[in-house]
Amino acid sequence: MLKLCQKISRHFKTSSRLLNNIEVFVDGTPVSVAPDYSILQACQKAGVVVPHFCFHERLAVSGNCRMCIVEIEKMPKVMTACSMPVSPGMRINTKSEKTYNARGGVMEFLLANHPLDCPICDQGGECDLQDQSALYGYKIGRFMEYKRAVEDKNYGPLVATVMTRCIHCTRCIRFYEEVAGIPILGTTGRGRETEVGTYVEKMVHSELSGNLVDLCPVGALTNAPYAFTARPWELRNVMSIDPTDSITPSIEISCKGGEVKRVLPRLHEEVNEEWIHDRSRHAFDGLKRQRLNACLKKKADGSYEELTWKDALEVLAEEVSKTSGNDMVGIIGEFMDVEAVVAFRDLMYKLGCENIDAKKNGVKLSPDFRNNYLMNSRISGIEEADLLLVIGANLRLDSPVINARVRKATVLNGLNVGLIGTDDYLTYDHTHLGTSTSALTDLLKGTHPFAKTLEKAKFPMILVGANVLKREDGEAVNSVIQEIAKKYNVIKPESNWNGYNVLHNEVGTVAALEVGITSEYDPKAKPKFMYLLGADNFKPDEIPDDAFVVYQGTHGDEGASRANLILPGASYVEKSGSYVNTDGRVSLGKKAIPAPGQAKADWEILRALSEVLGQTLPYDNLQEIRYRIAELAPHLIKYDYVEPYSLSWHTVPVKGEVNKTVISDFIDNFYMTDAISRASPTMAKCSEAFNPARNTNFVPEVPIR
Amino acid sequence: MLAARHFLRRTFSSALATHRDTAYNNRDTPFDFTEENYQKITTILTHYPPQYKRSATINLLYLAQKQCDGWVPLAAMNKIAKILEISEMDVYEVCSFYTMFNREPVGKYHLQVCGTTPCMIRGAQDIIKTIEHECGIIKDQTSKDGLFTLTEVECLGCCANAPMLQVNGEKVYEDLTPETMKAMIDAWKAGKEPKVGPQNGRTCAEGIQGRTTLKAQPNVWPDRDFAKAKDDYQKRLEAEAQKKKEEAAAAAAKK
Repeated sequence: MLKLCQKISRHFKTSSRLLNNIEVFVDGTPVSVAPDYSILQACQKAGVVVPHFCFHERLAVSGNCRMCIVEIEKMPKVMTACSMPVSPGMRINTKSEKTYNARGGVMEFLLANHPLDCPICDQGGECDLQDQSALYGYKIGRFMEYKRAVEDKNYGPLVATVMTRCIHCTRCIRFYEEVAGIPILGTTGRGRETEVGTYVEKMVHSELSGNLVDLCPVGALTNAPYAFTARPWELRNVMSIDPTDSITPSIEISCKGGEVKRVLPRLHEEVNEEWIHDRSRHAFDGLKRQRLNACLKKKADGSYEELTWKDALEVLAEEVSKTSGNDMVGIIGEFMDVEAVVAFRDLMYKLGCENIDAKKNGVKLSPDFRNNYLMNSRISGIEEADLLLVIGANLRLDSPVINARVRKATVLNGLNVGLIGTDDYLTYDHTHLGTSTSALTDLLKGTHPFAKTLEKAKFPMILVGANVLKREDGEAVNSVIQEIAKKYNVIKPESNWNGYNVLHNEVGTVAALEVGITSEYDPKAKPKFMYLLGADNFKPDEIPDDAFVVYQGTHGDEGASRANLILPGASYVEKSGSYVNTDGRVSLGKKAIPAPGQAKADWEILRALSEVLGQTLPYDNLQEIRYRIAELAPHLIKYDYVEPYSLSWHTVPVKGEVNKTVISDFIDNFYMTDAISRASPTMAKCSEAFNPARNTNFVPEVPIR
Repeated sequence: MLAARHFLRRTFSSALATHRDTAYNNRDTPFDFTEENYQKITTILTHYPPQYKRSATINLLYLAQKQCDGWVPLAAMNKIAKILEISEMDVYEVCSFYTMFNREPVGKYHLQVCGTTPCMIRGAQDIIKTIEHECGIIKDQTSKDGLFTLTEVECLGCCANAPMLQVNGEKVYEDLTPETMKAMIDAWKAGKEPKVGPQNGRTCAEGIQGRTTLKAQPNVWPDRDFAKAKDDYQKRLEAEAQKKKEEAAAAAAKK
């Protein structure tokens, strides 16, 4: 019944749309705008700045800050530009005296209860209220009474609150309700006593909570780990991308001196809109801890000996010369850039080793055709689809940014979401088809109740989590999924629609597949030499005891602890590199800060090693290695571009047994999934705050989530 | 004391805009509507389209307040959110916004004295002082015996009979003086119910010289025999049906 009601409510207010643009006049200049534009949008189109606080493009219009008021001819009163739709021939006056006075009045009211603590406020220098009061406010205030004080709320360890500064724009409330899908915030009380908060005492928690800081126009919600470390004018901002999230969201890395101070999202409509999740934003402080900054050799007694690069490479060369190519194995780690992967591939092939894998027991996919292992509908395709079947992924934890987009699509387009795997609160309504693989076989037979819905869908989308493909029967399960996709016409060449998608959770895997690295070696074989290129997430028993292990990477984590020789690598903020996301989009990461100690970019280390081995790789700088990349895969040097995929099937069905076991999502703790986040103190705080049962030894009996 | 008064000050009759867990009011306090109230809820919900169930929030909050002797516990708000299938925060927002909902327990008699201009001019402050003196409380407090809670409220629409007092949001006492107020409090203390309405003997809002107009019972309804009208209507319907039948018969005969 509830679902029915919600469906009705979605279409309750629909009225016929005018299709032609209409003309309005902003300060006398004619602008042609769509009829559903608000005055504010029309002004923006005309290039006129209208000050505002509560209006945000990605949130519902609330119209409660009153700052955007403008004068409209033939209207007796000033109107809020954000909530008033345009009408033909409307004459908007943003520079009249009436508008100026009204804005000044609103600003005076906003400042009446806003504390004058800009010098000690973290928002200072990038505060909307500060800027706009300087531009539009009166010179003096007339408010002589006491200012009110409001109790601070608990928004978790990532968001610091000073609620006295709140001007009740309700952006955070709308964000939590509309984007994050957790209606936990609201305004309580009335008049002067209004407060934004949760009413009852509880912690606000979402995987996207860091975005509140960007939304808050004042200093009420600020970045807690960044608190009092830098002022915005001291920061040097580098426009980069974040490879720790498999969608490679665009980010801005703010540095001061040789240190990353904070990470902010950048606008990218087709990837991350303007959100990033908390791990993307806050895990960077793991880059300062547990770092490998010198070459280390493990001695027989278990202690480490520091080596120079020359010595280390010679030790390594000696070890390599002892081993034949067939006894070597190379494993590519989670965050590897295409340059490192290509150099690694070239070097290993030169040494006669073909046992390279993105990950031991990794994703079982063929790199021959791109549409077999990428997200073919693309992330923005979620908004075009009318049905989404998620298999073996908990989107809320695997990719919160994609989850936010799915939620948006469910609300705006009525996207129907089905889930096979562990059920959870995904922030939107979804149908749970089953937890085990038997749901898949039922779906293939057509006996599952969801089959009819899938059949009717015009643009169905199947999203396969990478965890499913890591199962022992991963290939067989993938085969079944592809059979389902074929049966229900998920690829529709006539509408240019390919609905078969793989959601990877590591960019290193995608990079390896893109340059054609296959994983066709026997996982039971016992190699004598293992080269771990930043690979950390593996089980200890996957490495034979007597093997010589080289770990080249950033952190002293699982990989380094097993390694006989450690080579320090640069992390994603310390090297320039290109990354391929789960979409197949190639994006460019930029160097923001120098690498610590002796650490070098991964491809540089491999290049140096090749020279010591006498197998010199033919590239000396980034440009040359990118030519080499273009030789292997020309599309990998087209940045921020998605090469169109084929719209047909290229797979041969695998005859294997599907185990009727539970498909589980493997993310145990969202805040600690990789070496960087495991080393991050902020992420440790989050784990303890949000997920105490799993992550502390001290609070044993607290219900999980 | 001043600090305490400030803390307890109920701005617009609500102590705090947030909830504090107490022994008598927390998430786990048992609350459920009575069977009778559930029937009322079913009726209330028929007033709104099914997708706009949330419109019934205020009505349900009133029911809960009545059931819980004049205040709405947190558990009741959560129950309402469940019934209306909305988020708990939505109910908290409504309940904390409206001043007529008490989110803390009140006395058996919740004395709401109007303090708006006409009542103030006619001595509302004296009435408040009398209550404060007689019950041993100040504004926004509950007396120790749990009988009285005093609040000053905005206009309740009895300006012609100012000053006035509303009790438990239901009964209205008008034309008060400190003496009559004292007598009323004594009556309540003695377990009696004072007369509702003007306390100075006049009826309703009559002027000083008594009723001058509308002395006779007005004849609101015109004389009309409803039974006859219904009968006529039936006859007319029958005649029309008969006529149609005849016409149809004539047409058939022609063919």
